Amino acid sequence: MNTRGLRSQLKDSVPVTGMGPQVGAYGVQDTLRSGFSSVKNELLPSHALELSEKNFQLNQDKINFSNLRNIQGLHAPLKLQMEYRAARQIQRLPFLQSSHLALDTLKGNDESISFEDILNDPAQSEMMGEPHVMVEYKLGMM
Amino acid sequence: MALSNVVETPASGFNFENVCRNVALEGLLQGGQTKAPKPMKTGTTIAGVLCKNGVVLGADTRATSGEVVADKMCAKIHYISPNIYCCGAGTAADTEKTTDLLSSNLTIFSMNSGRNPRVVMAVNILQDMLFRYRGQIGASLILGGVDCTGNHLYKVGPYGSIDNVPYLAMGSGDLAALGILEDRFKADMEMEEAKELVRDAIHSGIMSDLGSGNNIDICVITKQGVDYIRPYQESEYKDKRQRRYKYRPGTTSILTEKIVPLELEVVQETVQRMDTA
Repeated sequence: MNTRGLRSQLKDSVPVTGMGPQVGAYGVQDTLRSGFSSVKNELLPSHALELSEKNFQLNQDKINFSNLRNIQGLHAPLKLQMEYRAARQIQRLPFLQSSHLALDTLKGNDESISFEDILNDPAQSEMMGEPHVMVEYKLGMM
Repeated sequence: MALSNVVETPASGFNFENVCRNVALEGLLQGGQTKAPKPMKTGTTIAGVLCKNGVVLGADTRATSGEVVADKMCAKIHYISPNIYCCGAGTAADTEKTTDLLSSNLTIFSMNSGRNPRVVMAVNILQDMLFRYRGQIGASLILGGVDCTGNHLYKVGPYGSIDNVPYLAMGSGDLAALGILEDRFKADMEMEEAKELVRDAIHSGIMSDLGSGNNIDICVITKQGVDYIRPYQESEYKDKRQRRYKYRPGTTSILTEKIVPLELEVVQETVQRMDTA
């Protein structure tokens, strides 16, 4: 997938189900897909860890890359991020399960087990997205 | 069925969707007679002592769920690697899962590198994991092990704080156990003396704390190997079962019996040679 819409690129690294206003095209609430909006429905109690877990991997990467830049110079994180970007493109269409093997090997996830591997495995998810909708979202056409 | 409001695959890891439901349930139950079920805590006494040629870890075996004893023979000394063992206090499921994850990670590491892991590596992995979850994982652990750099004893709190001292106690009975340890600990003790000291510390925890009880387990880790003595000492107040409570065969009488033979005929038979070379 070489063409990526800007909006899906902003959101694609942190998929979170059901959080935040469902923004459709033109930046307003997508009434057709997610129903009427009300402030009361959006002020939901959240867990202490919800926000920090949402961005945990991103923040870790930022810290590691900035440390690497300070130690070895700009070329080190630049080369690594280029490899990550290339590896991230090796995947199936969004509604199918991709193994992310290259990306996992680069990040070192193939040598460690954490709660991401045990809990909430996307391959066992009970909800399936509509293929056309998911591809449109990914391409930024939605 | 395919849902059209799902635009991305759900993220793996912890799922916080039930938080609203739980808050609503708490509100409902407060007014009512029932209370939310309490998680099984180990409400424990665990202790560890460094001695001359190794580490001695000790724990009691009671697991409580609220005011009820949930498990009388709970195993609180968990295996991490052949040279590292870990006592866990706090929420039983959390200590179990955390030590399992740690053990798996260290196994992968030792397979990759061909070495036994060091205790500091286990402590660092635990620290990172527990701090990431800001103490929501209620696991207080005492790690003890012998590796190429010597004997080590560490304590890890639920928020990721560590402490490296020659004698430690944790859990709800830790004050009682620490009293005994402070009184009689000496540097470079003999193995038998250290075992007696840990036994006495756990015993005082059992006597003075409601959350600790039943038997005492001891685990001795030396360069030569591990001796996991379970139970080291059984409680004197053990109950004896009065009768056998299993149902005898013939308790439920058979009223009628009907046998229907299932007739199968061979439709097709194929033979495939297995290549065992």
